[in-house]
Amino acid sequence: MTLSRQIFDTVIVGGGGSGLRAALQLAEAGHNVAVFSKVFPTRSHTVAAQGGIGASLGNMQEDHWLWHMYDTIKGSDYLGDQDAIEFMCRKAAEVVYELEHFGMPFDRNPDGTIYQRPFGGHTQNFGERAVQRACAAADRTGHAMLHTLYQRNVRARCQFFVEWMALDLIRDYEGAVVGIVALEMETGEVMVFQSKATILATGGAGRIYQSSTNAFINTGDGLGMAARAGIPLEDMEFWQFHPTGVAGAGVLITEGVRGEGGILLNANGERFMERYAPNMKDLASRDVVSRAMDQEIKEGRGVGPERDHVLLKLDHLGAEIINKRLPGIREIALKFAHVDPIREPIPVVPTCHYQMGGIPTNYYGQVVVPRGANPSEPVPGLYAIGECACVSVHGANRLGTNSLLDLLVFGKSAGDHVSEWLKTHPRHRDLPRNAAERSLERLARLDSTAPGERVTDVSADMRRTVQQHAGVFRTGTLLAEGVEKIREVGQRARSTTIDDKSRVFNTARIEALELENLAIVAEATLVSAQAREESRGAHAREDFKERDDKNWLKHSLWYLDGSRLDYKPVNLQPLTVESFEPKIRVY
Amino acid sequence: MKFSIYRYNPEKDEKPYMQDYDVELQPTDRMLLDAILRIKALDDSLGLRKSCREGVCGSDGMNINGKNGLACITPLKDLKEPVVLRPLPGLPVIRDLIVDMSQFFKQYHSVKPYLVNDNPPPQKERLQSPEEREELNGLYECILCACCSTSCPSFWWNPDKFVGPAALLQAYRFIADTRDDATSERLDNLEDPYRLFRCHSIMNCADACPKGLNPTEAIGKIKEQMVRRMV
Ligand SMILES: Cc1cc2nc3c(=O)[nH]c(=O)nc-3n(C[C@H](O)[C@H](O)[C@H](O)COP(=O)(O)OP(=O)(O)OC[C@H]3O[C@@H](n4cnc5c(N)ncnc54)[C@H](O)[C@@H]3O)c2cc1C
Ligand code: SF4
Ligand code: SF4
Ligand code: FES
Repeated sequence: MTLSRQIFDTVIVGGGGSGLRAALQLAEAGHNVAVFSKVFPTRSHTVAAQGGIGASLGNMQEDHWLWHMYDTIKGSDYLGDQDAIEFMCRKAAEVVYELEHFGMPFDRNPDGTIYQRPFGGHTQNFGERAVQRACAAADRTGHAMLHTLYQRNVRARCQFFVEWMALDLIRDYEGAVVGIVALEMETGEVMVFQSKATILATGGAGRIYQSSTNAFINTGDGLGMAARAGIPLEDMEFWQFHPTGVAGAGVLITEGVRGEGGILLNANGERFMERYAPNMKDLASRDVVSRAMDQEIKEGRGVGPERDHVLLKLDHLGAEIINKRLPGIREIALKFAHVDPIREPIPVVPTCHYQMGGIPTNYYGQVVVPRGANPSEPVPGLYAIGECACVSVHGANRLGTNSLLDLLVFGKSAGDHVSEWLKTHPRHRDLPRNAAERSLERLARLDSTAPGERVTDVSADMRRTVQQHAGVFRTGTLLAEGVEKIREVGQRARSTTIDDKSRVFNTARIEALELENLAIVAEATLVSAQAREESRGAHAREDFKERDDKNWLKHSLWYLDGSRLDYKPVNLQPLTVESFEPKIRVY
Repeated sequence: MKFSIYRYNPEKDEKPYMQDYDVELQPTDRMLLDAILRIKALDDSLGLRKSCREGVCGSDGMNINGKNGLACITPLKDLKEPVVLRPLPGLPVIRDLIVDMSQFFKQYHSVKPYLVNDNPPPQKERLQSPEEREELNGLYECILCACCSTSCPSFWWNPDKFVGPAALLQAYRFIADTRDDATSERLDNLEDPYRLFRCHSIMNCADACPKGLNPTEAIGKIKEQMVRRMV
């Protein structure tokens, strides 16, 4: 079967913050770029980010990029690559000012500068005291940022393929990526898009967990595409549990609430974080706070009839601050928790939030894989940015506000690198024969009338399995059972059936394809977590309670083929400053 | 709980019809979207858009018991049965609850929804006072869900010529921004019997907005600025 084909210099899969930032860089440089998105770009999940963008502008107190760098490395539990972290923290001010120039409606200080709020793990002078580093637009920072970037792309006349789902990467015989296969939802048509450079910016896969702050569309498609094309996934055992998801609903309450002065209370009304993190208390980094909450609940000090959550108290901030700085939070609490935070505390539990791992890249956004003696050889023509990528700036635990920053910094640097790449690679490489074969097989299965299981049943089993076997605390036995179960789920995900066989906007088909990607991410998570016999950042093993730098100061690489693991060293060498040696982490 | 849902699949159906569902809900199902997803688990052919499930992405605008709203933040307990669900009115239906939003976005793009300021930017941020920034509240929060424009009779009759409340709200968002230099071009762009002046201040739009925004007020302010620059 021959498919129609279109040709672009650059194809970007993803219209969230990272994809739009890269698109802008390329479109403004005059390149011919196509951005694909499953949803209208402003509906991407960046829109849900609340709290802020980290940058050491120093508008509130003295601040320095080196302190931000230190906090990020410490936050990462030393698994972050220090070259990439230095790159990001040094560039932070520049990309935030640019965003302001694009029209971002940041909150302001009386002197007219950008307002910054405190956030967990961000400190002055290498851990001394909390610093206000999170550049905020009320508690709608992601919304403001995503719309601003989209608007700027409208100005740059960037070309969008809206409600198109990318299915697979096309790699040629030498391993170069030469385009994608994509499906137009409205018509059901499948098409080949040939490109010189392809950027994956598909966001996170938090939907592998039952309880998650992520949107329905966060299904790890880019990770599935990469894994099917033979590219490993890095550090997939590290998932961030955000301390404050609304109990029962999963919807996020930003850490900015604690930044503005909110505190966590257990059933006895005790501010328990004082015991776990005497210095930073409620603003310790997320892995620390989530574990403390889980511990309180486990020891019977949880709140509610099931004693299964704790309380986030903020009424002491007063109605004015809440309405001015946290209006969206009040809206969420009223709608999803049926409490008015001006008067009552919000019931919260640790909730899956962010994927630290992803497609391995360097700080230019180039996808890198081990080859011969080189652990990080670029895959020609392929880039990854944003939550789907692992640069790795977040290591084993991301600091709040560092993701929006990561989108801007690496979106821009990937855009710049692609511009350079296009100069030295002026021609399109040939498409391999049967470029779309894998995608067409996946679709043919769903068109067939062979019996199978329902997508909703299999995905519910997957989410339950990951939730139970790869939660806040993990054990060897739990993980081993989880690996068994998830392999079975993976099989089932590849043999689902759908009743709806039509072409036009067939959402059942989209969900079946998404489930295949989710199942890949779920297996990578459990297999990588089972192997890592230590506790580091968000990966907490009850049977290996300590961090083990001797054996485990390294990145995991999981390959779909044979569900095989490999490892590569952490880069402890920054670009210009001295290395931060691993230390015990206290907050 | 009982539902009556607009169905149309152009490949199979000659014309749209209403399909009845009676679905058993779980105690955790609080919002309309939760219930629709229970239905979709039984009948996977039901088409709708959805993403954030918390009222920030603007995907699941639909007509709920005669009023436009977002399924994900519409509490089930407030709804009369059978709950009648239809696609947003006035836009072409692609399938079931999914409408073709092209015209809506075209109007949004037509107001140049981006900051225009041709002065070279300073090294750091452009300064803006908290009071100046406050002018943007009630404007920038729009999620482009189209609940307002598709409840506006003027937009139904002239979707190609009348900009509609959502895009006019955004036009005003940039007029109100002290950093934007293009106010007079923006006003020129709207000075037209249709583009702006088809609005007759019926307020349907403000009633419909699930984010509590008030396009009518913004439209009024644009009209005021036009009058002001005439005298
Ligand atoms: C509730 C919440 C609050 C947060 N708050 C903060 C915060 O305050 N500060 C911070 O720094 N971080 C925050 N984060 C994290 C941060 O928002 C995300 O990590 C970040 O927005 C991800 O951006 P992205 O560009 O990688 O992907 P996304 O914004 O998720 O976009 C992914 C894009 O890829 C597209 N896509 C996916 N698959 C396909 C496919 N197969 N074909 C075509 N297109 C596809 C989607 O349509 C979408 O356009 C928050 C996260 C959540 C969930
Ligand atoms: S006030 Fe104007 S824009 Fe709003 S519904 Fe009425 S006519 Fe439409
Ligand atoms: S103004 Fe309100 S109803 Fe209209 S598009 Fe924006 S958010 Fe939706
Ligand atoms: S699903 Fe995003 S607004 Fe309802």
